[in-house]
Amino acid sequence: MAKEMTYIGKRTPGLDERDKVLGNVIYADDFTLPDMLYARVFRATKPSALIKKLNVEKARNLPGVACVLTADDVPNNESISNVVGQTTEVGLLEAKHQVLVKNRVRYYGEAVALVAADTIDAANRALELIEVEYEEIPGVFDPIAAMKPDAPKLHGNNNIIAQWKLRKGNIEKAFAESDVVVENTYRTPRQEHAHLEPESGVAWVDDMGVINIRSATQVIEHYRDVAAVLGIPQSMVRIEGTIMGGAFGGKEDVTVEVFLGLLAWKTRKPVKLTFSREEMGFGRQKRHPYILKYKTGATKDGKLTAMEAEIISDAGAYVYLSPWVLLYSTVHSTGPYFIPNVKVDSFSVLTNNIMTSAFRGFGAMQVAFAYESQMDELAEKLNMDPFELRKKNFLKKGSETANYQKITSDVLLKESVEKALGALGEKSTSSGSKKIGRGFACSWQSYGRMTYLHDTSSAWVGLELDGSAVVRSGIPDLGGGQRESLRAIAAQILGLKIEEVHVISTDSQVTPLAGTVTATRALFMSGNAVKLASENVLNIITRTASKMLKVSAEDLYLRDKLVYTSGGESIPLVKVIKECAAEGSMPQSLATYKAPFTDPIKTDVIKDPVFADFTFGAQAAEVEVDTETGIVTILKYASAQDIGQAINVNRAEGQIEGGAAQGIGFGLMEDYLEEKGVPLTWNLATYLIPTSKDLPDIQSIILESKSGKGPFGAKGVGEPSITAAAPALVSAIYDAVGVRIKHIPATPERIYWSLHNSDT
Amino acid sequence: MDGKEYYNIKLIVNGKEVKGSVAAETSLLDFLRSKNYIEVKKGCDKGDCGACTVLIDGKATVSCLTSAIQAQGRKIQTLKSLGSWDKLDPLQEAFVKHEALQCGFCTPGMLMTAKALLDENPHPTRDDIKEAISGNLCRCTGYKKIVDAIEAVSKGEN
Repeated sequence: MAKEMTYIGKRTPGLDERDKVLGNVIYADDFTLPDMLYARVFRATKPSALIKKLNVEKARNLPGVACVLTADDVPNNESISNVVGQTTEVGLLEAKHQVLVKNRVRYYGEAVALVAADTIDAANRALELIEVEYEEIPGVFDPIAAMKPDAPKLHGNNNIIAQWKLRKGNIEKAFAESDVVVENTYRTPRQEHAHLEPESGVAWVDDMGVINIRSATQVIEHYRDVAAVLGIPQSMVRIEGTIMGGAFGGKEDVTVEVFLGLLAWKTRKPVKLTFSREEMGFGRQKRHPYILKYKTGATKDGKLTAMEAEIISDAGAYVYLSPWVLLYSTVHSTGPYFIPNVKVDSFSVLTNNIMTSAFRGFGAMQVAFAYESQMDELAEKLNMDPFELRKKNFLKKGSETANYQKITSDVLLKESVEKALGALGEKSTSSGSKKIGRGFACSWQSYGRMTYLHDTSSAWVGLELDGSAVVRSGIPDLGGGQRESLRAIAAQILGLKIEEVHVISTDSQVTPLAGTVTATRALFMSGNAVKLASENVLNIITRTASKMLKVSAEDLYLRDKLVYTSGGESIPLVKVIKECAAEGSMPQSLATYKAPFTDPIKTDVIKDPVFADFTFGAQAAEVEVDTETGIVTILKYASAQDIGQAINVNRAEGQIEGGAAQGIGFGLMEDYLEEKGVPLTWNLATYLIPTSKDLPDIQSIILESKSGKGPFGAKGVGEPSITAAAPALVSAIYDAVGVRIKHIPATPERIYWSLHNSDT
Repeated sequence: MDGKEYYNIKLIVNGKEVKGSVAAETSLLDFLRSKNYIEVKKGCDKGDCGACTVLIDGKATVSCLTSAIQAQGRKIQTLKSLGSWDKLDPLQEAFVKHEALQCGFCTPGMLMTAKALLDENPHPTRDDIKEAISGNLCRCTGYKKIVDAIEAVSKGEN
């Protein structure tokens, strides 16, 4: 490795950024092939119904239409997967999915048929010719109602599809001995990912009979799902990921891949499918809305004694990742605090609402709103500064969490709060109806997948004869600069210029599988894999060079394509590579990084470590609340995150700012509304996300404990950056006008009525 | 065919004459993309996101709400009219330098809006910049670095 940091912790722009500003990047929908068909999805317009009649003949006979597929045309239309750690008492062990509706529609927007035609116009006209007759059947649209025994069932005999528990100490005794106890119910909204790029892809069958799918996905491993649906070998499906136009978890479950695979297989022609913005609204997963009942106790000197919580998530009509999201919520439900007595019961419940699944924050975000609001209320009851109260209870390195997991990295929460609050500067002054308030909130968020999943990531690194390097890693790039981070790591280890390293990524048959770009795991996992492979290559070089220079290999390092001894003597890298080739020991390596492994969870009581590590941080806001209108203006905002080690400072700041922006949307304005399962906010005119005028200049503050499990001590930043935003804002609103919003988003209406109607 | 009437049109795109045959409802966005101007992005097709922003006679306009026929004979500028690989436009340079992008999908529209703003008002305040780009949604960045980049160009700091 080069002796000094050349690329780690710098602000080097990525090479792809130049292409992005020039408009040269070929995103999924920008790609076309000769003789390509255009596909559309026919979707249900009832949230709960039986299909009595489905007639696609007129559509099939329309000139220009290549095929219309219904459930009968799908080789394996239904699939089931087991939910780890669940018992039969919880109801469904098997999570069911259907590619296309066979008989029963369970949510508005569910896919019923697929059309492929010569032109997009013909495909659209074919949709209009599909005839469907529904028989509406009773649905259930409220998760609490859905938990009742007599509620209409979505699948099987129980709508509760996952249940997790925390059990620690004795909460009855602890509450009885507490000096103060606060009890509240909180609600969080259904949030839409609203990535700017719609889900999209092109598929074709190549001259070897392989289905190639070029799509915008966070998970190229979905080639296995395509193979399962078609009933063909996994080796006959290839997914080549594209640079994504944003995803945030929205391209984590299968999007267009299975539909495209079916259509390309059936027609043997290239097919393109891109969802419309409306389809992204009613046809795609959202963030789970939550109901969180919290009871928290403390002693009069501010020591937390006990926490009890009931957490209910609305899973929508199909399981998807709901059990895992709920597991995240359960583990993170205490917040980054040591609480000796804990009892948590959490439930994920099926309803006829739109499906919910992965979204940046993945269940750890909804609970942050609850646990931080509880801390503020406790502080007030104790007449204690909210920061003082938190300082008395922060987890520390070595502390044990409520799932009996030891914290193994540094916890810079105190420093994060100080920096975030400090960045707000002098407090503005209220005038007239415009009241100023300040608040902050802390968060913890795991990075890396659950350790019982035994996560791995592979990468290949090799040197060319001229000393330049190639990295192959399956990791997709969703816009966060995932490829560029790998490039920086290889360049750092091999002492090369960053432009001398090329990264080939996200192709399921070309690049070693690196796993998903989800769970804040990309840098942690694939960064470590590339580091490992680069170090192996370095060892091959120094071993051969040590023989050539007659010095010990440990004495050697690489810089600017020269191999140096500690004494300053050097030999060109290309000579060493030639010698390596002559010896038959090629300077290349395929390495697999293994995350910490734990045993599978056996019961629904979580009492073992579940995550590799956590990122800790704080966000702080100064707001102006107009008591006459309820409108909140954010005047100042700062987010401080200990990300261990920034690999690229620009991009780490970008994550911190962008995460805060989405978290602000979640806290103040975003809410995907449905009326009895019928979506009301399915475009960007009705579902509002923050614009440049809604956001202040978000100040990003990077702390570097170098204590993480990622490369060079890095922790993850993608998801942790979003978590604490909503509670920080709600706290600031309370400080300004004295009402605590317990049902976010804190819209002007909610604030106004809280101020003007003491009953709400 | 499909019973629709088609009209022959001629536009000037990035200084080049582009001809085509379009239906009355064909948007300028779909027309441009069909002619491989893929730098013009389709984010919502309803005028809500700004990703398809182009300049029409110098004015920033969402091409999804403009019919191709309306653009007949007018001067259209897409992102490709700014800089080239060898010589980026100062705005493009600043977007890279300030990391004013992540996924890059809103970038083409954002840059065209910024270009129109600076052409009209070379020295905008930060609030002017925020106002100008408020119709261009970005879901990745939080906008700060975008405003930083545009401001830097307006101050000649690039």
